[in-house]
Order: sequence, then structure tokens, then C-alpha cells
Amino acid sequence: MSDKEKIDEIAKQRERWEKTTLPKWIGQSPERKSEFRNHSGTLIKRVYTPEDIKDLGYTRDLGFPGEYPFTRGVHATMHRGRLWTMRQFSGYGTAEQTNQRFKYLLKEGETGLSIAFDYPSIRGYDSDHPFSKGEVGICGVTVSSLKDMEVLLNGIPLNKVTTSMTINGPAAMLLAMYMAVGDKQGVPREKLGGTTQNDVLKEFFAQKLIIFPPKPSIKLVTDIIEYCTKHVPRWNPISISGYHIREAGANAVQELAFTLYDGITYVESCLERGMKVDEFAPRLSFFFAAHNDLFEEIAKFRAARRIWAKTMKERFHAKNPRSMWMRMHVQTAGFTLTAQQPLNNITRVTIQALSAVLAGTQSLHTNSFDEALALPSEEAVRIALRTQQIIAHESGVANTIDPLAGSYYVENLTDEMEERTMEYFRKLDDMGGAIPAIEKGFFQKEIADSSYEYQKEVDEKRRILVGVNDYTTEEKQPIKVLRVDPKVEEEQVASLHKLKRERDNRKVNEMLEKLHYVAEKDENLMPTIIDTVKAYATIGEICDVLRKIYGEFKELIVI
Amino acid sequence: MQNQRKIRVLIAKPGLDSHDRGAKILARALRDAGMEVIYTGLKQTPEQIVETALQEDVDVIGLSILSGAHKTLFPMIMELLKQKGLTDVLVVAGGIIPEEDVPEMKKLGIKGIFGPGTRTDEIIQYIFENVPKRI
Repeated sequence: MSDKEKIDEIAKQRERWEKTTLPKWIGQSPERKSEFRNHSGTLIKRVYTPEDIKDLGYTRDLGFPGEYPFTRGVHATMHRGRLWTMRQFSGYGTAEQTNQRFKYLLKEGETGLSIAFDYPSIRGYDSDHPFSKGEVGICGVTVSSLKDMEVLLNGIPLNKVTTSMTINGPAAMLLAMYMAVGDKQGVPREKLGGTTQNDVLKEFFAQKLIIFPPKPSIKLVTDIIEYCTKHVPRWNPISISGYHIREAGANAVQELAFTLYDGITYVESCLERGMKVDEFAPRLSFFFAAHNDLFEEIAKFRAARRIWAKTMKERFHAKNPRSMWMRMHVQTAGFTLTAQQPLNNITRVTIQALSAVLAGTQSLHTNSFDEALALPSEEAVRIALRTQQIIAHESGVANTIDPLAGSYYVENLTDEMEERTMEYFRKLDDMGGAIPAIEKGFFQKEIADSSYEYQKEVDEKRRILVGVNDYTTEEKQPIKVLRVDPKVEEEQVASLHKLKRERDNRKVNEMLEKLHYVAEKDENLMPTIIDTVKAYATIGEICDVLRKIYGEFKELIVI
Repeated sequence: MQNQRKIRVLIAKPGLDSHDRGAKILARALRDAGMEVIYTGLKQTPEQIVETALQEDVDVIGLSILSGAHKTLFPMIMELLKQKGLTDVLVVAGGIIPEEDVPEMKKLGIKGIFGPGTRTDEIIQYIFENVPKRI
């Protein structure tokens, strides 16, 4: 029998089943809903069969791990060789407190650091700025100058640990500080490993924690990529992020499509700068959210790898297979955590983490169960880390590569994710690219609509959230949440003022003037920023210089 | 027919955090419920919020904050409202406000506090029932 004949036979059998067996069952007990859909709105069939993957070509669409199109994974041995990096995003209070938390996590078996900065640092304000009032050290660690970074990384060997920094607007300054600490530790630049998020595009329409307008923001991103490609070869200069797009309300397909399209935009910017695709592309990295719909998420991650590989090969003519690798970090979706019955979140996080592992992530953050209430307590963050360790060492899911390949359902969903992403690509190309789409409010509107629809589903109980709109309970689960001491702000401001008194202020001014000069000339700013942070100029001072030249981003409000 | 005037609501994002998903959903839900909604956008200082409330002559202010700075910023906003004579405006808040902070926030004059997981129709109903009547 040929493949076509086999499929025809299966179709015939399915039709027979639908006419004979199925109606009896449905007659006795009707299905729970008239239709089943996933988060992206895909109509989910009752059952999937070989008919649903009849066009799938194994070598063309899946291939082998470590080979094009990398659907099954970017490495040939995947988690059998090396487990994913267990990297818990953390930061609160003073640099000293977070340094203690880092050491605790490393002692508990974490394998990479991830720094959460506070809002003043993220938005380029020093801790004594009026905007910083009440925000210092609250949602992350406060870092105003190299002095704070030195304390934050004290006793942590930068040649052994890799560090991810969730920073965008002032990414260049914080990377410069990290390198400066490396210099002090005697670690050469080529030995430093880690990631700066440095993805400004998603800021304009999803996270919106950005300082400068689109054009200079992308210039700074490109400066960092160019500098790292030449001098810090083990650094991922950018982590192109879907996480925030999803958290802002996008569905899985939108997350995938918008993130990858942002990636395309950065590649174009680097090419315009005169860089060669195979020089910088191997270091581009990605960051996604893992939501609750297990198979939808798995399909998303697998489709992401395949689309990126094809895009790099076909659209940008990359030759080096590494340029086609999509290496990803995944974080479980904070939005799905509930304040009600918070211990239930441990289960949610487990399911979400499982999707990322089953789909071959390189790095993973698991949220803590108390994060709908506060920053995580030490106990909560330990359970989150243990969840990863249990998946890694007890569940057996990491023993083989891409175990869901060949599933009629998962392959069908993976194909559908790819098709719908390509539709978005065409639409965005027609709009003239990501920036015009942002200026037209396209992404913003797409996200707002999806987010509103999701909420309506919850409000109308078309979507059940356990403990929120069903299975609710009166009693509270008393949990102890972490509170940041309000004294942190006072102490931080005092230490900042001390620094400003004691540093060589003539040198600081000289460097800030030089930065102004270089920024106006449109040169790569990285070397000057490194020298400026080394003189202990603060984030606020450096950003002020650039604000004067570049202006500030104004949000386009789309409800 | 002055009492036919639509309820005017200001949805405001004080502080530096950018979690606007809830604020935007609520803005849209209140609009769908027949209210007039003004959304400030992100990164609003207490002064800006109170000034907008005054300019827009609102009946209700909804403060949305998830950064943890409510203990600093809410007292500043409530004090400014008092100074400007906007004492009859119904002030409600949402976001991440720990249970143990709620009594302190209520003492400031914030009438309703709605945490994560609140249904939008619950908030709509609360506003209809508690909005001060215009004479």
C-alpha cells in the first residue's frame, strides 16, 4: 500500500467510526463543551490521526537533533548530554541582600545567575531621583553605579558562573559594569558568559519599561551586539523576548510571531551596520513564556526553532548552522499564578516547566508559588528550583530527545503554529516592518484584544481557573511573604551620596562630556560607556546625557 | 438631566511599574459598561494623577499598582486629593496589595481594594453602587 492509500484507508475508517461508534457514546454522555479551543483559538479535534500529518516530511520538517531545521533540538544530545541551566530570576533590596540570595541559590544547586533589577535602575534613574521614591529595591535589586555591582557580584567567580541580566534601556551600562567587575576579578572578556536581555522592540508594545525612542534604542542594541561579537564572544548580547508579549496578553501564536519578527528586525539592523550574518547570528538568543496548555506550548517551542532556522537560512542566507540555532530560555508564566490558594501554583509551574523541558529548552526559570502576592520567599524559591530538579532527575522526561515528535496532535499543532506565524510575518512585512507596526499600534491592539478576550472567558466561566472562578474556598492559606525593608531606600540613597562625594568628580565629568561627544557623532558607544562606568558615573547620570541627545520614549496608548 | 451624566472614571498607573494588563482590561470593561474612562498611561506621579482627575472632573479614580510602592505613593495621592478639595471622588485600587496592607490603605480613604483574580463585573457593580451622586 502506498502512503496515499494508507491515508485514504485511515480516512475511511475514521468516517466509519464517526458514523457508528461515536454517536452511541455521545448519545449516552455528551461532550463537556460544544467546541474545544486552545489559548490561540485553534479548534482542537476530538482525535488526531495520521491524516493530520500526512504532509509531514520527516527529514525536511523534523530531521535529527543538532541538524537543520532543528525542530527536535539544537544539540545532538540535548538533555542527555547537559541538562538545561536552572536559572532563577532574582533580586531585591540592596546589592548585599541579593548577593546573599545568589549564594543561597548556587548552594542549593542553581547553575546560573539571573539578575532582577529594580524599577529605578531599569528606567535609568538613580535611587535619589524623585521618580524612585518608594521603588528602591522593591521589585528587584537596586544598582545605581559600579559600586553596587561590585557588591552584588562579590565572591562570585565570573569565569565559572554565567549571568543573565534582565535589562533593556540601560543594558549597555549594566553590561559595562559587569565587564568592569570581570576586569577586577582578572577574568578576560572572552571568558565572560551570560546574557543581556537588551530587546527594546518588545518594550515599545509589551513591557514598556524603556527610556529612549525606537531609533536610538535600536542603535544601542546594535552597538552591544557589535561590541560583544568582537570582544565578548561567549556573551549573548540579546535575548529576543516573547515572555513579556505573552504576559501583556498575547496568545501563543502572537507571542511566537511577534518575537521572531523582532528577531528579524535586529538581524536587519546588524546587517545594515555592515556586520556579516554568520558573525553575529550564532549569539542571538531567545526567551519565551510557558503557559498552562501543555501541548500548545510544546508546539510553540518546536515551531519556534524550525521557523528561526528557515528564516536565517532562506531570508538571510546564513551558512553557519549555528546562525540557524534558536537557543532559548523559558520562564513559567507569572500571569497564570493565582493569589487564591497559592500552593496550587506549584502544580501550575510544574506543568509549565514540563512543556519547556519536553520541548528542549536550554535554560529555565520556574516561578515561585507566592509570586501573585509578593517577591518570592526563600522557601518558595527553593520549591521552584526543586521542581526543576525533580523534573530533571526523577521524571525520566530528559532521558530522550524531543519525545513528542511524531505525535499526530503535537506535529499538527506545530505546523499550524508555523503557518499562522508566517501569516503574521507577511502582514508585518507589508506594513513596512516592526517599527511602523509599533507606530500604528498594530501589536498593541492585537495584544489588547487577546487579553480582553481572555478576561471575558474567565469572567463568563468559559475558561476555568481553579480557585479563582471555580473550586473556590473561603479559608485562606496563610503564607509568609517577603517584605523589603523600607530602610533599604534610605541606606541606598546615603550610600549613593557618599559615592558621589568620594569619587573623582573631575574624571566623572570628563567622561560624561566625552560620552556626549561620542553619542552625537553616532559612534559605537560601548567603549566609552565602559570607561564612564569605571569612573563610577551613575546610571542616572549616563542616561541623562543620552536623554538629552536622544529624547524619551512616549507610549502610544492602545486600549 | 444632570443625573444622566455618564460616570467618569480615571484609571491611573502610579509608580514605575509597567504591568498595565489589568488596568487596560478594566478601562475597556468600564467603557463597555457605559462609563467614560480616561486612562493615564504609565509612570504617573501623584501630582499628575491628581491634576488629571481635577481637569477631567472624574467621579472615580482607579489606581493600579503592582510594584509594591503603594505604601509610599497612595498616601501622597490621597493627601493631594484632599488639598485640591477632591474629597468626594471615589478612590479604588487594584494590583498587588498584600492583605496586611489593606487596613492601612482603607484608612487613607481608599474605599475598595481589588486583588488579582477579581472579576471585572464585580468592580463595575461596586462602582455603580458606591459612586457619589452628583447634585
